[in-house]
Amino acid sequence: MKKAALLLLVILTVCFSGNAFAVAAAKEIKTGFIYVGPVGDAGWTYAHDQGRQEMEQLSYVKPSTFIETVPEGAESARVINGLVRKGHNLIFTTSFGYMDATIDVAKRNKDVVFMHCSGFKTAENVGTYFGRMYEPRYLSGIVAGKMTKKNIIGYVAAFPIPEVIRGINAFTLGVQSVNPKAEVRVVWTQTWFDPGVERDAADSLLDVGADVLTMHQDAPATMQAAEARGAYVIGYNSDMRSFAPNAFLTAPIWNWGALYTKLAEEVHNGTWKSKQIWWGMKENLVDLAAFSAKVPADVQALVTEKANAIKAGSLHPFAGPIKDQSGNVVVAAGQTPQDGDLLGMNYFVEGVQGTISK
Amino acid sequence: MFEILLDATVRAGTPILFATLGAIINERAGIINLGIEGLMLIGALAGFSGTYWSGSLLVGVLAAFCASFIAGSIHALITVQLRGNQIVSGLAMTMFGVGITALFGKGMVGLTIDGFKRVAIPGLSQLPIIGKAFFNQDMLIYFSFVLVFLIWFFFYHTLWGLGVRSVGENPAAADTCGFSVSRYRFFAVTIGSGFVGIGGAYLSLASTPMWIENMSAGRGWIAVALVIFAGWSSPRAMLGAYLFGGITAMQLRFQAMGTTISAHILQMLPYFFTILVLVISTQRLQKGASQQPEGLGLPYDREDRK
Repeated sequence: MKKAALLLLVILTVCFSGNAFAVAAAKEIKTGFIYVGPVGDAGWTYAHDQGRQEMEQLSYVKPSTFIETVPEGAESARVINGLVRKGHNLIFTTSFGYMDATIDVAKRNKDVVFMHCSGFKTAENVGTYFGRMYEPRYLSGIVAGKMTKKNIIGYVAAFPIPEVIRGINAFTLGVQSVNPKAEVRVVWTQTWFDPGVERDAADSLLDVGADVLTMHQDAPATMQAAEARGAYVIGYNSDMRSFAPNAFLTAPIWNWGALYTKLAEEVHNGTWKSKQIWWGMKENLVDLAAFSAKVPADVQALVTEKANAIKAGSLHPFAGPIKDQSGNVVVAAGQTPQDGDLLGMNYFVEGVQGTISK
Repeated sequence: MFEILLDATVRAGTPILFATLGAIINERAGIINLGIEGLMLIGALAGFSGTYWSGSLLVGVLAAFCASFIAGSIHALITVQLRGNQIVSGLAMTMFGVGITALFGKGMVGLTIDGFKRVAIPGLSQLPIIGKAFFNQDMLIYFSFVLVFLIWFFFYHTLWGLGVRSVGENPAAADTCGFSVSRYRFFAVTIGSGFVGIGGAYLSLASTPMWIENMSAGRGWIAVALVIFAGWSSPRAMLGAYLFGGITAMQLRFQAMGTTISAHILQMLPYFFTILVLVISTQRLQKGASQQPEGLGLPYDREDRK
């Protein structure tokens, strides 16, 4: 009995010391991902998972772990903790609602690097990362503004948080830049992922006369609604044209792979430092999917020109003057808002038909 | 506007209706089934794959029924034959359903099929207000109307229906009368599960013709709650499913029309109405006898008879 206990003690000691050594050196990287939806959602989580697979090409990255459909909020802390206990030393939490849980777990595990997507809280070992999705959103707004006949554009949106509001505003500014008469109607679904509700929300926008739809959801249900009713649709997250071969125009998309690879490299080299990463079209983290044949050549040329201007830094979608829904000037002429203002955006610009619950 | 709203109500309510009807058949025989969510997913994937491979929607629906029938037989085996804990087995069925469909559904993500189309019933679809909502729908919705009637007829006008009800109310007495408790319970669970699967197939074949992991998104749990709300009766299940679907559809349409009511208040409505209706139905229950089958949740063992 004593022998057995001693043996157990020895094994445990070896295990723990070995583990500690691995983390300190960070020669090999064991990454873990927390996803808010299933990898098969063809949207947000799918795009992240594509990025994860690209990162795994690195020789020193061990096969990574991912946990799907983790509820946001306090519950997620348990899941993140589980990854830490299994020896992961680089953990990506890929939804806004994991922010507090990430910070919380990070406090107690200083030797693990955490990267939280789309949040605003950082710590010594917690960085944040996100993309300037408003850039391709603005461009897709130009396409929508050119393609609408009835001047009503429908927007199926998940939650009234700055990330979504910023996208709606950038899209609307794009619409208005080419078609000031068009309005963007917003319907909140209060869910990231529920194909049935997303479909119903899209139908409700088509019922009030929208002829171009776009969405900020994780599932492609809006695409199908537009396809079924002969409207146009702009996707999101990943190229979703297979769901709407006739209705699809283009889509603002994510390319997470480049960023994930770079972060894994940094942790491997020991050069990683906590920071807030916010890459745009210039760094190719976000982009506009290839146009469908339905988009006329002159519109394609216009959007390509604007895209180049954004990449070159000469065009900012939120350059003033910008008015909010009630006509107050929120960004003065000649000004561009600071990143902090963009990240905390909580008003709708002129041209949006909808309300933000406060 | 009202016509459109009613139409959206029926479409949003139908998957929940099928699931609730399936759950009612289970519970009428005395077996609680908390695996509805998992069974819906199994039905959704089987329905989608069946249609994708065969090109026929009918094959898809049959595949959904059969797949959920088979999955349901696991629950039946555990709860009826082995007299295991129904709650645990049901929850396990939900997790099993979520997992197995994620695994086998990987190759189905991103594929598309032609889903159910609307078929107008001549004459009836011209009726004012209700015509479009009830008689210009797809075949599965018509089937759900028929099913509501059939289940009601089955329970109250056939000997087999009486058998199912009696093994749910008082299995010992039913056994004495010569009804085979285990056989009735087994088939109530499996056939009920099959209809739950058709509810899942409605999602993947009609409302959004595609397969995405976890696409039932909690509808199975709503069905579990609606069984109680419906008082284990199929016509009232229809009412409950449409009420729930209708309020969701309504709040989305209020937003699309550009009302200035806070979206949060609109989103609260379905749950507010659920509470309201539950309060009312509980009040009613206190006056009369409970509609809940007496033997619900209790395993039956002949040797154990008191």
